[in-house]
Amino acid sequence: MTSGTDPASRYAKPGRWLALALLLLSVILLLLGMGVGSTGWDSLALLQRDPSAWQIVLEIRLPRSVGAWLAGALLGLAGALAQGLFRNPLADPYLLGSASGASLGVALAMALWGVSPLATQWLALMGLSGAAFAGALLAVLLTLLLAQGVQQTLRLLLAGVVVGVVLGAVSSLVLLLVPGIMQAMQSFMLGSTSFLAWPSCILMASVVFLCGLLAWLMSPLLDALALGEATAQSLGLPLPALRAGLVVVLALATGTAVAHTGLVAFVGLAAPHLVRSLVKTTPARLIGLASLCGAVLLQAADLLARSLMAPRELPVGVLTAVLGGVYLLWLMHGQSARRRGSGA
Amino acid sequence: MPAFALQVFDDQGVPLNLDKPPQRIVSLLPSLTESVCALSQCQRLVGVDEYSNFPASVRQLPGVGSGLVPSIEAVVALKPDLVLLAGSSRAGQRLQSLGIKVLALEPKTHADLQRVLKTLGDVLGLPPSTAVQLWQGIDAQLNDVVTSLSPNARGSRVYVEVGRGPYAAGESSFIGQTLARIGVRNIVPAALGPFPQLNPEFVLRADPDLLIVSSRSAEGLVLYPGWASMRAIRAKRVCVLSPEKADIVVRPGPRLAEGARLMAQCLEKHSR
Repeated sequence: MTSGTDPASRYAKPGRWLALALLLLSVILLLLGMGVGSTGWDSLALLQRDPSAWQIVLEIRLPRSVGAWLAGALLGLAGALAQGLFRNPLADPYLLGSASGASLGVALAMALWGVSPLATQWLALMGLSGAAFAGALLAVLLTLLLAQGVQQTLRLLLAGVVVGVVLGAVSSLVLLLVPGIMQAMQSFMLGSTSFLAWPSCILMASVVFLCGLLAWLMSPLLDALALGEATAQSLGLPLPALRAGLVVVLALATGTAVAHTGLVAFVGLAAPHLVRSLVKTTPARLIGLASLCGAVLLQAADLLARSLMAPRELPVGVLTAVLGGVYLLWLMHGQSARRRGSGA
Repeated sequence: MPAFALQVFDDQGVPLNLDKPPQRIVSLLPSLTESVCALSQCQRLVGVDEYSNFPASVRQLPGVGSGLVPSIEAVVALKPDLVLLAGSSRAGQRLQSLGIKVLALEPKTHADLQRVLKTLGDVLGLPPSTAVQLWQGIDAQLNDVVTSLSPNARGSRVYVEVGRGPYAAGESSFIGQTLARIGVRNIVPAALGPFPQLNPEFVLRADPDLLIVSSRSAEGLVLYPGWASMRAIRAKRVCVLSPEKADIVVRPGPRLAEGARLMAQCLEKHSR
């Protein structure tokens, strides 16, 4: 670390390098993603002649890679927001009950499918993604209602945990009453990128853009909060409004990601930690870097999910946990070894 | 006059229009795979899910992963003109958006199976009599099983476990329908639903004459608390179905009568 420069630029430089490296990695993974799948590289070679190879590369592999990248970015962003907002390194995007809300939405949608023509019509219109999104947002609303707003962090955390547990129990009950949906439900709970199509990508891209912009505008709050609640208040920031705004962004990002890829584990929790262990950065800068890191993580997991046991699809959430977890452990181990080595 | 040569309806009553009978079919549900083959059209299958294992010839076909979450790319690469799948599979919508014809059929009862066979016969462009004859054949075999069952075995009270839980086959499931047809009583009433998860105590209390369990769940059978003292267990009146036989019994497909025969054999063995 160079001495004498001001803190902002001291943090900016390694961050910029990391962002560049992650973007480069994304492009490499995207190119790999066009070639990797159950039919292998043949499809790429046959692109000119075979219309079904064309369809496989452009309408199945590409939207999967792009969609996984976008969903990962949403989760990374949500994870950085949650950890900054709650000033808690264990916070993850599913903290406000959105995960169990989304599961309940999906379980109800699957249980009610075909029960009555009216319900089926509605569900067909909304789709499982719609049901998951609605469930996630309703759960966050319920959490906010129980916490009486967003101002008391501890209360909000606790309300989120309670809502998560209760809604989780209700979905278990639904599963028990309609055991036929159990397998389909499991694929949602473990996360899946295999059904991503261009329309989902366009939707997620707009949400990434919107949430990224809003988070960037409100990020001064995170920097201020890092100094402690009292200091943040003394800086004269409109604390309540900003906090409410960030909770909305958090809910929107998480809900959108969950609706399209199911409950992908660990990305939201791990992405900010991976960034922090690689570079020193400020909470506000962390948002962008964690988004990129989450994006790369999910994109890589998606590649493995479709290729490791092809044509069988592996649940992508299992892979994110293994990939992210092992890498994070390795980083932590390296850090502690270095610290011991330097005699500290 | 419809513009299409062929129109069939799926489980939800949604019409599917085809210009001509499909020649390249991917099946993502074992019971549908078996049904297509029972209609003597096995040669039209070009791919199946990983659980489709009967008849043996389908094991040579390219696999496309599990039926609920197949590899979309593997399905598309087979260039099917029709994909058969269960209504609960999430792959349907995605495949349709890629321009592939999809027919969702999920037989759950004897009546469903009869209807599904007819629908499949129609969509395959077979004369209507083919599916009717196939069903009549199954029905006749079922009758054979019924008449061959000894009076001793008839009227027994049985418990059929389909999965560790214990998940049982209730009266309203197709296994329950088969049992009712051959004149055997089921300890799990229809009100509990087709495959309810039971409290082990319920089975103990119901005190069945005979237990039929799939070998996948039999390992821990005696581990349900209190079952060691159950009359049927003490008398070793337990039939453990091998995975192949369990497939026959639990699949609502054209081997329905064969499944009934397996259960009847078990009853005969233990009613002496």
